[in-house]
Amino acid sequence: MNGFKIVVLAKQVPDTRNVGKDAMKEDGTVNRAVLPAIFNPEDLNALELALQVKDKYPESVITVLTMGPPRAAEIIREGLYRGANNGILITDRKFAGSDTLATSYAISQAIKKIKDYDLIFAGRQAIDGDTAQVGPQVAEKLKIPQITYAEELKEINKDKIIIKRRLERGVETVSCQMPVLITVHSSADDCRPRHAKFLMKYKHARTNSELEENNELKDLINNREYLKITEWNVVDIEADITYLGLSGSPTKVKNIENIVLQSKEAKNLESTDQDLESFIIELIENHTIG
Amino acid sequence: MRNVFVYCELEDNIIADVSLELLTKGKSLASQLNCKLEAIVIGSNLNEIDKQIYKYGVDKVHLADDKRLYPYLTLPHTSIVTKILNDNNPQIVLFGATSIGRDIAPRVASSLRCGLTADCTSLVIGDHYVKKDEKEYKNLLYQIRPAFGGNIIATIINPDMHPQMATVREGVMKMEVFNETYKGEIKQINVADYVSDTDFVLEIIERHIEKSKINIKGASIIIAGGYGVGSKENFKVLYELANILGAEVGGSRAAVDAGFIEHERQIGQTGTTVRPKLYIACGISGAVQHRVGMEESAMIVSINTDKNAPINSIADYNIHGNVAEVLPKLIHFYKKNSK
Ligand SMILES: Cc1cc2nc3c(=O)[nH]c(=O)nc-3n(C[C@H](O)[C@H](O)[C@H](O)COP(=O)(O)OP(=O)(O)OC[C@H]3O[C@@H](n4cnc5c(N)ncnc54)[C@H](O)[C@@H]3O)c2cc1C
Ligand SMILES: Nc1ncnc2c1ncn2[C@@H]1O[C@H](COP(=O)(O)O)[C@@H](O)[C@H]1O
Repeated sequence: MNGFKIVVLAKQVPDTRNVGKDAMKEDGTVNRAVLPAIFNPEDLNALELALQVKDKYPESVITVLTMGPPRAAEIIREGLYRGANNGILITDRKFAGSDTLATSYAISQAIKKIKDYDLIFAGRQAIDGDTAQVGPQVAEKLKIPQITYAEELKEINKDKIIIKRRLERGVETVSCQMPVLITVHSSADDCRPRHAKFLMKYKHARTNSELEENNELKDLINNREYLKITEWNVVDIEADITYLGLSGSPTKVKNIENIVLQSKEAKNLESTDQDLESFIIELIENHTIG
Repeated sequence: MRNVFVYCELEDNIIADVSLELLTKGKSLASQLNCKLEAIVIGSNLNEIDKQIYKYGVDKVHLADDKRLYPYLTLPHTSIVTKILNDNNPQIVLFGATSIGRDIAPRVASSLRCGLTADCTSLVIGDHYVKKDEKEYKNLLYQIRPAFGGNIIATIINPDMHPQMATVREGVMKMEVFNETYKGEIKQINVADYVSDTDFVLEIIERHIEKSKINIKGASIIIAGGYGVGSKENFKVLYELANILGAEVGGSRAAVDAGFIEHERQIGQTGTTVRPKLYIACGISGAVQHRVGMEESAMIVSINTDKNAPINSIADYNIHGNVAEVLPKLIHFYKKNSK
């Protein structure tokens, strides 16, 4: 064997980091307009580790798998521009409202359909929810081991992969056979930038739904198989719909409270116990800290 | 009776603080629900380990003792926890939101097909009414957590699929002895019935303590110190506050030049630009080169002896005072009020 079959799980997320003063509207709701949809940051670290495997074993094949609305195809193109070989978008209205359990079920069904894989890389967590659950849950559903919080690829050969993990109070180096699912920590290498060659090659890559919206590229894509981004729905992945969407999600959102930022007018405090304690209580109550 | 369970983490045979905090919370939930508190402890050479936790009000300890079970490994621990939960049908299960807890809890939730809410900041018992079905749920666990990068606070419930599972970070819940002489019982597990050899496919080659790279850009709270902090020694209290709040420490160029803090932490035009949720500027005058690197922060607090320091004009809160006096008080009042 000269290469590995690798799946990278990547999600398109609203950019919730670095929220500035304009992140919340006057009425206290999230101002989504200022939060662009981006490639989940740690999924880029995951893609980089996959690309490092491919650097060592150039015949490896990397598939970027994403579940989301049709526009999440953008994530797959971003992956192709950086060196992935192909991509699969799983998209269906029936997925709407899925929590991590339902999401990991759908993703694991898609991976079962891919069938032949040695390594699955995921980000540690997605910044829209910070749950860090989908990776381990996909591994459980596929009945394969998991290595969480990977920071560095130490070694890989046909029998095993050796990974350095980043833990709270230190690091751990582990060795495991394949197939295995690896979640990647932000302290791993940053993803390499887009490559001009791949950008040229794949800039017209499209899913079928995208072609339906705009069929100018149809002839071009029909002549070039590699420009077709695979798109699967519930039926394609043979999913049981009772495990999907709201009905397949054990967790329900009962209530959402938006955080209203303080008025911009400065408050002046003295360093008395009374001022400082009420200041701390204010920050705790408006969820700035704690 | 369907009880409250806590998965306890070990560090060299000492129960981790986060687990003791969860036992304290678990006990109060159990009292409210009129049920028992049970703990799961998995490790090696666990003689007398139960004594460490009874006083937190533990009624029963499920103990899995085998030399292969420490340090923590995902698969064998998952197999044991899953089987214990399946056999005992608890209503609530709590895990630390730690490297270990966030590794095991989702895997267990997936095999039990139940929900899991990560990083809860508050857990409360409450009812739920579904209008559509005219269905009333009594005594559910409200799992309250920030979401969307901390911009919203969501209350999550699992009405139908149980157990209700949640992870909580260290330091979020209070640790409090329930009764010094409280005594529960031990249920020793026959490990061979719970794990298989295939659970040991992963091998730990090496473990050691290693500091992580500094990442002030990714921090949602930054405690920044300037020349006014006075010395490297005085910066310790900034680290202490940062530790408690899960924040990073940053500095002005004057503080870096004076050797109070390393260059990687410099904020400003020639350092890093940050936009955290909360920026606490301690003894920083607020020169324009510093401000361009932090003025987009969602909330700015300035602690300064000079009421007219330029930074105060962009701050949301100005605390007039000496950093060395104000910070210890903030730490004290935070500890007092956060639980
Ligand atoms: C080209 C260029 C690039 C620069 N880039 C940067 C940059 O990237 N980042 C940066 O920070 N600076 C930068 N500077 C430097 C900048 O101009 C300021 O000199 C610097 O930010 C001042 O740091 P400071 O506020 O810590 O110190 P000072 O200006 O000395 O202020 C100290 C403050 O502490 C207060 N204070 C004193 N004692 C106490 C106490 N016990 N308790 C509370 N408050 C107290 C004082 O009232 C004062 O406000 C740059 C300068 C140049 C020319
Ligand atoms: N909809 C999705 N599509 C593809 N990958 C996902 C999706 N949701 C989660 N993941 C993967 O699972 C990781 C953890 O996500 P989360 O549990 O949501 O924090 C992410 O970093 C992704 O690698």
